[in-house]
Amino acid sequence: MKRKALPSDALDGIDRVLINRLQDGLPIVPAPFAALAGETGLTEDALVDRISRLREIGAITRFGPFLDAAAMGGAFCLCAMSVPEGRFDEVMTLVNAHAEVAHNYERQHHLNMWFVLACERSEQIARVAAQITEETGLMVHLFPKLKEFFIGFRVNA
Amino acid sequence: MMIDAIDKRILQATAGGLPLTPHPFAEVGSWLGLSEAAVIDRMAAMQAAGVIRRIAVAPNHYALGMVANGMSVWDVEDAQAEPLGERVGALPFVSHCYLRPRSLPEWPYNLFAMIHGASRDEVEEKRAEVARILGPACRSHDILYSTRILKKTGMRFAEGG
Repeated sequence: MKRKALPSDALDGIDRVLINRLQDGLPIVPAPFAALAGETGLTEDALVDRISRLREIGAITRFGPFLDAAAMGGAFCLCAMSVPEGRFDEVMTLVNAHAEVAHNYERQHHLNMWFVLACERSEQIARVAAQITEETGLMVHLFPKLKEFFIGFRVNA
Repeated sequence: MMIDAIDKRILQATAGGLPLTPHPFAEVGSWLGLSEAAVIDRMAAMQAAGVIRRIAVAPNHYALGMVANGMSVWDVEDAQAEPLGERVGALPFVSHCYLRPRSLPEWPYNLFAMIHGASRDEVEEKRAEVARILGPACRSHDILYSTRILKKTGMRFAEGG
């Protein structure tokens, strides 16, 4: 993913309307773009071409279904460790070697390594965390989600 | 909801995104040998069950100028954590908001909210806004900025099935 801001002239007014509106979701119907095409004065073909272009220039990363991975039966858990500075790369290699580690970030804090475990079943989370503790000699703090709040996040293009 | 093998094929086929044509569900059906109506019915059922949250674009917030973010963490009184969490999650600059267990004594925080902004200063301003919302129910708070991505894989679909 492109991690730099696009030049300010990369998007026109219609692009901005599309990015803002398409974050809210489209209906699952035969012609999901029809209503938005009408509002923006574009044909449906022109509208989908614009979405393709927005993806090509990196303004959006994808268009499609957003899934709740946990609703499909997977188990996920945020974990954190306090890794001594001199051992950071060694511990990172041991942690990342586990296929269940979906992503891993270094953060500025006493707890400086934060990763997500993604397993098929919830009992595997504790097992993988225990393995990591055994391999590294370091405690793994488990932060499973107790409650997820509805997210109002929108990027204002 | 238990999704069946056909549902799973639909999700796998659209994991990289929906085809960009005026009739995307007909196109997905043609890939899988299903009718447009069957794809729509199944995807609508999965949305109703919460497996599909929505069909939408994922904006690249970096490309759109929100290049700074931090994981803000808050020690909120348990009795008020849920209603206050709802309010924090609804803020337009918060992308994830969860209640999690504390890990005492090292970690007193139970509310996690990822805050985004155009700069580190803007993230700090928004963090102050969250602090005002939480008020005296919040005993202490902190924010963790990431310094490096150590691993990033797509969430593997097979894990969830």
